[in-house]
Amino acid sequence: MNPPVFLLLAILTVAAAVSVIATANPVHSALGLVVTLFLLSVFFVALDAQLVAVLQVIVYAGAIVVLFLFVVMLLNLQGEPRLTGGKGLVVAATAAALAFTALLVTLLGRSAPAPSNTLPPGFGETQALAQRLFTSHLLAFELTSVLLLVAVVGAVALSRR
Amino acid sequence: MSPTPLAWYLGLSAVLFTVGVLGVLVRRNVIIIFMAIEIMLNAVNLAFVAIARSLGSMDGQVMVFFVMTVAAAEAAVGLAIILAVFRSRETTNADELMSLRW
Repeated sequence: MNPPVFLLLAILTVAAAVSVIATANPVHSALGLVVTLFLLSVFFVALDAQLVAVLQVIVYAGAIVVLFLFVVMLLNLQGEPRLTGGKGLVVAATAAALAFTALLVTLLGRSAPAPSNTLPPGFGETQALAQRLFTSHLLAFELTSVLLLVAVVGAVALSRR
Repeated sequence: MSPTPLAWYLGLSAVLFTVGVLGVLVRRNVIIIFMAIEIMLNAVNLAFVAIARSLGSMDGQVMVFFVMTVAAAEAAVGLAIILAVFRSRETTNADELMSLRW
């Protein structure tokens, strides 16, 4: 990805992310989240992670945000009396966030390893990822299935009554 | 034209992560706090993918796969909890949810 294109997309992504936390209406926040997640999947494609990009759109933008929207609609929230914590909290948190960003950007920019331009063939494709998943990460993969089962049972148990 | 350096991706990831942290800190609606957590998870995913690309190793993308799975599980259970709390308390304001008793 060219640096100018990157900058444009990065600004859009950050703007969408800020709109998630800045708008009063939770539905607008969910839509901002969709935009953020879609733009991130563009970055994933640019980074040769095609399968991850597709999963991002299907799982995040498709399933998780729809879940959020369902809950927002189901709760039928009337206007919130207070959106945020006290004014002092907002000012302090914003200042801390800016300082934290500066710190992270400085440190990450300094410690970046040298990029290798020799990618193995099939990098980022389904076969390569599946190969890793079912060989070196098999235990974690199986544990993930247990986690999903627990989550499904837990969600059903919590929501019925 | 030259490709974007890795540090830019990491910088974007850091900015997005901080936006998520800020959302968790200042917002009072539990649903918005959840969305901010999703932004943080995605920022970390971006860093994983960028570093995987830079090192030429697939392991970072495998981690993103796991992070997505855990995020999906977390969203399902978390939203179910929010629904259950809303039924008994009629609020999603984090400041008003103080009692541990059901």
